[in-house]
Amino acid sequence: MSGKRCYGRPPAGVDPGGLRGALIVVEGPDASGRSTQIALLGEWLEERGYAVEQVGLKRSRLVAPTLDRAQEGNVLSPRTMTLFYATDFYDQLENRIVPALRGGYVVLADRYIYTLMARATVRGADPEWLRTLYSMALVPDAVVFLRVSAARLVERTLKARASLDYWESGMDLGLARSWYDSFVIYQRRIRAVYAELQREYGFEVVNGNRSVAAIQRDLRTRVCAVLADLFEGMDEGGGPDASG
Amino acid sequence: MSAAGARRELPGRLVAVEGLDGSGKSTQVRLLHRWLDGLGLKVFFSEWNSSVLVKEATRKGKRRQLLTPTTFSLIHATDFADRYERQILPMLEAGYLVLCDRYMFTAFARDGMRGCDPGWLRRLYAFAHPPDITFYFRLPLETALGRILAGRPRLKWFEAGMDLGLSADPRESFRLFQGGVMAQYERMTDEFGFTVLDATRSIHRQQEVVRSIVAERLDLARFRQRRGR
Repeated sequence: MSGKRCYGRPPAGVDPGGLRGALIVVEGPDASGRSTQIALLGEWLEERGYAVEQVGLKRSRLVAPTLDRAQEGNVLSPRTMTLFYATDFYDQLENRIVPALRGGYVVLADRYIYTLMARATVRGADPEWLRTLYSMALVPDAVVFLRVSAARLVERTLKARASLDYWESGMDLGLARSWYDSFVIYQRRIRAVYAELQREYGFEVVNGNRSVAAIQRDLRTRVCAVLADLFEGMDEGGGPDASG
Repeated sequence: MSAAGARRELPGRLVAVEGLDGSGKSTQVRLLHRWLDGLGLKVFFSEWNSSVLVKEATRKGKRRQLLTPTTFSLIHATDFADRYERQILPMLEAGYLVLCDRYMFTAFARDGMRGCDPGWLRRLYAFAHPPDITFYFRLPLETALGRILAGRPRLKWFEAGMDLGLSADPRESFRLFQGGVMAQYERMTDEFGFTVLDATRSIHRQQEVVRSIVAERLDLARFRQRRGR
């Protein structure tokens, strides 16, 4: 029986020890191919008989609409933004991730606290403060980081949307006048922070510069290993849905 | 956006009022504001939970009872950060007297009562300047409850602490919740050096005490508005 833990103390009223499913996080910048990979992974897991719950950033019912509006107007300070994102994160953690794990689901998270920490760090947030803020997050069973070269990111972004995103280009930071230059500088900074986080939190890095199929193969191998560890021997005990 | 590290001396001064609902602190801070304004000083007033931007999300969460102790705490921290960085801090930097109806201690008391970790709460708010004076309006629980319950046929869900499942009866829940909040305030009195006021005395007498303490502890002459040029 697995049981989970949090980085620090758990949120009030949450018992991580009683959670059984699997929490798998896929991290990576925009246009790194994350969403495609997660969709494929979800289908594959369901085919194999695992119940899957997908979560991501800015999807909570609580604050997502307000955040969208605030971003359009670009009126929130970085700290306010960080706290808004943290509210969104914990809302999903407590209302979606925790119940799904309690029910024995495989939760696929399209990014997690690391992206939020990286974005806040390049905007000047105190690293200790960020670690406190996110200390109640559950420790995932696996974190896979899709690493894609900056050149490739630009190429993919422009191909998909024919324009660069204001926030993903770090335009709020005043790094450069040109969106393209800003994008490159911003992504480089984000990458440096991810590298530190990777050492601290132990992500596994997958080379995202390859074909969709090749990346998916890597992800499946990794997920199989996690699920084998977690669910081995569980079925003799009555299976994941035994206690509802 | 650093935390406690960069605490520098600011030209402004910060006065906060804290206490239970029904303690009369809002009345007192309003009268203090009047007086300071009348003296021709640079004063700015800010109220808990009033950031326009964040309000919408807070209201929605409260109406739909979507909030857990953690998200309840974070949404108030978001509101506070927005007001702090947009108004309170700039005003302090510009040399204003800033009056706050509730400050981070309200979060420590209420969220602490809801089960949030006290250490986590204090680190979360470590970016904010501590007030130069924090008035804590102390009164017996029954008096505070009486003042609120008398004029109010219905209590709001979170106000009554119904999310904690203390009691199915909103009035009883409110009683228990306020009792817990009060215990949290009492514990903070020494920790943060509150200036304690007896909130059972007349409004006028309390205000006299408030004004004399403010005049004694702050150099009010420094906050005169510059007249035309």
